[in-house]
Amino acid sequence: MTPDKQFARITGFILEEQTELSLADVCRACAAQADRIVELVDEGVLAPAGGTPNHWVFTGIHLHRARVALRLQDHLGVNLAGAALALELLDELRELRGRLDALEAGR
Amino acid sequence: MEFKDYYTTMGVARDASADDIKRSYRKLSRKFHPDVSKEKNAEARFKEIGEAYEVLKDPEKRAAYDQLGANWKAGQDFRPPPGWNAGAEHAGRGFEREFGGDAGDFAGRSDFFETLFRQGFASAGGPGGGQAGGSRASFNATGEDRHAKIQIDLEDSYSGATRTLKLRVPEMSEQGHVVPREHQITFTIPKGIRAGQHIRLAGQGAPGIGEGGAGDLYLDVEFNTHALYRVDKHDVYMDLPIAPWEAALGADVEAPTPTGRVEVTVPSGSAAGRKLRLKGRGLPGSTPGDFYFVLQVVVPAADTDSAKSFYEGMVKHFSSFTPRAKLGGQP
Repeated sequence: MTPDKQFARITGFILEEQTELSLADVCRACAAQADRIVELVDEGVLAPAGGTPNHWVFTGIHLHRARVALRLQDHLGVNLAGAALALELLDELRELRGRLDALEAGR
Repeated sequence: MEFKDYYTTMGVARDASADDIKRSYRKLSRKFHPDVSKEKNAEARFKEIGEAYEVLKDPEKRAAYDQLGANWKAGQDFRPPPGWNAGAEHAGRGFEREFGGDAGDFAGRSDFFETLFRQGFASAGGPGGGQAGGSRASFNATGEDRHAKIQIDLEDSYSGATRTLKLRVPEMSEQGHVVPREHQITFTIPKGIRAGQHIRLAGQGAPGIGEGGAGDLYLDVEFNTHALYRVDKHDVYMDLPIAPWEAALGADVEAPTPTGRVEVTVPSGSAAGRKLRLKGRGLPGSTPGDFYFVLQVVVPAADTDSAKSFYEGMVKHFSSFTPRAKLGGQP
């Protein structure tokens, strides 16, 4: 790290609102080989816009999901389908928790 | 450095079988995995469990660890015994773990572990780089991404803000040792960020190896609890206390909002809990949230004779008023 870089102001982006990420961007951010990301798309975990892998366009939300799916596989030893199921259940859990919080706040 | 009791971390007895240890590891890692867990300190616990398992699953490391004896307590000040060399055969492996580009999130190891099981690596590097320098030249990998939590004020999301963060980054010294270094970065908090979202700071993760670029830093955003405001996704709520006559007759009252004080009209005949919306005055964004006042009727105390007689007058005046009509039963 150069001293300049340390004191420069870095612009933060909201991961969930980033758009137009390519397959290569996602691979890089996930430190994963392309075939693992393609697998996630085939499994329906990620639904990028665009027809072929070269034209796929991902969003920050896809990126976040990909990272979680890969970590669940690597850390917990679940397979692809298991990671996909866990992600869907986590989505549902988050929505229910949000509704619960809203109900409790409005009480 | 602090002693780590890997058996307690793993929740098993010292004579536990390899199967017991594996079972316990599986169970605990599901419970504390930071992507799944709602436990406080999930990430720290997950790291501890991973470290304990790395030692206990490996018969050689476990035997070396057991040699230290059963009398050590977690957190006790610890120095490795003279002649300790359990890590020697693992020379070089630490490098990949510390800097590797695999999905190594949540993989940091304690000083205790580094000293006991990575010493061989540090000495193999030697003055002048030697082995470590060799692998650096022949191996390219993107740096590991890093994650941290950040607590911000609601006002920071309304206006955008600049924050400075101190990170401890492991770095290779000239002698080939992995040493923590404090690294300070200044960054902008994007306007409209919500709790649960992540700020991505590109290139602020661990440095890459060879041609590999640095990883990214992801900040998991939480809001500090606010004395006045509550946040639900991009909507913001505030309780607005009003007097009973303001609720009944209507009133214009002044109230704070995160974007400044406003005058708000309380319609006549308002009940407690009624929400008054300021459209688009919630968290900013491409579709900004709304701001809501939630009316709270507060009642003056009957602490003087005149106040008491006033309330008694109300009892007579509102004799047909049944506040609990909806509850059924006797009024």
